[in-house]
Amino acid sequence: MLRSLIIAAALAVSPAALMAETLAITNAHILTEGPAGEIASGTIVVRDGKIIAVGAGVTAPAGARIIDAHGGIATPGLIAIGAPIGLSEVSEGVPETDDSSTASDLISAAFDVQYAVNPNSLAIPIARLGGITDAILTPGERRSRETRSESLMFNGQAAVIDLGSSMDILEKTQAGMALDMGEDGARRAGGSRAAQIVILKGLIHNVRDYEKTKANYDLGLSRALGLSEPDLEALIPVVEGREPLIVSVHRAADILQVLKLARDEKLNIILEGAEEGYMVAPQIAAAHVPVTVHAFEDLPSSFDQIGATLTNPARLAAAGVTLAIENPSFYTGARTPRIDAGRAVAHGLPMSVALASITITPAKIFGVADRIGSLEAGKDADIVVWSGDPLEPLSAPTAILVKGVEEPLRDRDLDLRDRYMAIAGLKPAP
Amino acid sequence: MRFSRAAAGIAALALVALAASGAIAAKPTADPAPGKTETAKPLPPGLDPEANPDPYPSTYHPAPSAQVAIINADILDASAPEIPRGTVLMADGKIVAVGPTVMIPDGAKVIDAKGRYVTPGLIDPHSHLGVYPSPQVEAMSDGNEATDPNTAQVWAEHSIWPQDPGFQHALAGGVTTLQILPGSANLFGGRSAIIKNVWSDTAQGMKFPGAPYGLKMACGENPKRVYGSKGRAPSTNMGNVAGYRAAWIRARDYKRKWDDYRAKVARGEKADPPLRDLQLDTLVGVLEGKIRIQNHCYRADEMAQMIDISHEFGFHITAFHHATESYKIAALLKREGICSVTWAEWFGFKMESFDAIEENDAILQRAGACVTLSSDDENLVQHLNVEAALAMAAGNRAGLAITRPEAIAWISLNPAKVLGIDDKTGSLTPGKMADVVIWSGDPFSVYSVPDQVYIDGNLQWDVHDPVYPPKSDFMLGQPAAIAIAGGAS
Repeated sequence: MLRSLIIAAALAVSPAALMAETLAITNAHILTEGPAGEIASGTIVVRDGKIIAVGAGVTAPAGARIIDAHGGIATPGLIAIGAPIGLSEVSEGVPETDDSSTASDLISAAFDVQYAVNPNSLAIPIARLGGITDAILTPGERRSRETRSESLMFNGQAAVIDLGSSMDILEKTQAGMALDMGEDGARRAGGSRAAQIVILKGLIHNVRDYEKTKANYDLGLSRALGLSEPDLEALIPVVEGREPLIVSVHRAADILQVLKLARDEKLNIILEGAEEGYMVAPQIAAAHVPVTVHAFEDLPSSFDQIGATLTNPARLAAAGVTLAIENPSFYTGARTPRIDAGRAVAHGLPMSVALASITITPAKIFGVADRIGSLEAGKDADIVVWSGDPLEPLSAPTAILVKGVEEPLRDRDLDLRDRYMAIAGLKPAP
Repeated sequence: MRFSRAAAGIAALALVALAASGAIAAKPTADPAPGKTETAKPLPPGLDPEANPDPYPSTYHPAPSAQVAIINADILDASAPEIPRGTVLMADGKIVAVGPTVMIPDGAKVIDAKGRYVTPGLIDPHSHLGVYPSPQVEAMSDGNEATDPNTAQVWAEHSIWPQDPGFQHALAGGVTTLQILPGSANLFGGRSAIIKNVWSDTAQGMKFPGAPYGLKMACGENPKRVYGSKGRAPSTNMGNVAGYRAAWIRARDYKRKWDDYRAKVARGEKADPPLRDLQLDTLVGVLEGKIRIQNHCYRADEMAQMIDISHEFGFHITAFHHATESYKIAALLKREGICSVTWAEWFGFKMESFDAIEENDAILQRAGACVTLSSDDENLVQHLNVEAALAMAAGNRAGLAITRPEAIAWISLNPAKVLGIDDKTGSLTPGKMADVVIWSGDPFSVYSVPDQVYIDGNLQWDVHDPVYPPKSDFMLGQPAAIAIAGGAS
């Protein structure tokens, strides 16, 4: 009996925790992204998966394993937003491996990416080598390969994962409810955005009604509410303002409509995309609505973003808008969010804001800043040591910790590299 | 020197045209055929594929350019060691001199590039700008004639919308020359167009004078998905290969018929010309070495099959595009003299890109094979310098010691070789076109942007001057028409 309890207790401890140890990263130029700011040379002490001390005067405890940063920069692990890391193995060519969206007619708001996360995805170590230790998984645009008659509005619910090597990587579920507006949203409302907002307001009203009269609903006495029961349930925290509505929107006029909708319906929202956000930046800032922008987007790729520009992040930040940088693409977003942040710097974003936009700011926006996003005592030890400036393409991680576990600097790419360098007679890396 | 070379080129073209038309074939060379010379009348316009090999000629004529000396620049060229503080002198649209000490002629405009960098104008050998323009609306989605697996008869230049605002964005990223390709839906997608990234209201006004044509071919998943889903061939890789072979057989047969016809005409015999076939004209252009194969192909094993097909029918493949697995067969590609046109980072979006690695370019470089980067994307084309930096860094982490000039060559000289224009552009070599970028800082830094871009010696982009570049008609009057000029300042 006692023995089986001990075994049960051991099994309940995650592999990551089992591997955790006391570590000290010394001689690091620490960009904490927290209250301690920048520490020119200091030490970070990690125990049981958590940061227990950070600072210039901190010394490594006796017996701690030392990772000497040799003066290199240490940052919080980067947070990727939007790329379907762990949700999609071969994003386009093998749709059966892509769980980032659904075309089902039965489920919309209740779609929840948490159930599809694959901790063994090969994309996880690949993204980790880009210095990413955590990811916000946002459901993609609803697919409509066969049916052109889409009527369900919501893309579903986001989750936060870490990119550690354990099987337990979910950090937060129901981190946000994704909704497309603009052209993409209009398509689900018969082809006009003039219909979509009216329908949305009706649905929000129905969710509130449902919440108050569940007993009648269960008895079948409710009027038609336009959504399935799971969808209605999933929207309750959204209409109560407890879960953010992540609104994908591009055109300046649509952004203003979304801000008004949020105000009228008392919703807590995040603007996603917002390519023309700079045109209405004062209004976004005044509404205290955060924005996740794709720093790559600068073309009039649709009539929704005729005014797209690489200066959008800089102009939003200058207006006081809370800004995170996202990259929804699977095949670039898994590796290079840091490059996207650097690109925004090239077009006017202050360096300090750029690093925050891929660390502490997304943590705050998605409600996980109590655990990740900065190097502070008590937070998860998600830490990257860099060979140089983390936003520069010539730099790379030299050490990566996820939840206090030092991850190997390896992925499948490097296995292929080493095999074929040997075949080509090229000397493999030491 | 430069002008005389251009003139020689035109003369050579004219000779080809003359030789091709029946007109001079009547000149007795071997068999005088007395009394029969008048039978060799030229065919009516359009019926002889060789009578007018350039029916949609370039109308791009660079404006006269002044002498410009860029001084105190870190010169990072594709074919020479880096010069930490040097001068680039341009005149009459050409590079005149490059070096640590260059005599600056009186009257030359001097640009002090202290702390800044100069590179050749960048070249994107795989672009769909103009054929898949912004905005991406169905009305202008003209890049894939996906109605038949063989559309070698279509020409990308006939789909190019010169008002695509993407051209100006690419210019702001330092791109001065592009190969515009048809898409990859078909086994044979059609002819490519090589263009200079200059504003024009016609495609002809952008065409690179004297550049050879390319023929887009595609391996693998795209053609078999597009046609297999329509319930027709090809639906498998073996169906793809059968489709290529059938086409080359017809091309060889067509060429034989024209050769027979011309031989008969040359002998003064009566002969009926074959009916001209635009599709087969293009394939014959490949067989005759005039048109360059630009082959979308990801997997190493598929590339090896394509190479055998080229041996079976006697043509050369210039480049494999995307080529995500080229690193697996670097020695074969070197032996065959085939370039790989790659991405630095893209991976895993299809099975055939599942084995894409960041070190592809560096491994090919060290194995002695030809390699370039490319965008295939209207956003990525604006950041080719960062792509080169990422690929170089990955190679150097592997201990492959990629040099900075080698990495710049991936986005300048090597793509010029792929396009067959390396005698004209792609490096800062005296006599070549003055296609030049002045960068705000090290081009391998994400923080650097082109300050100025020159094409044929003419300033086309200046980050500090809102008159550059001339805007697309589409962007005129738009609420955010100033957006493109909002670079780093």
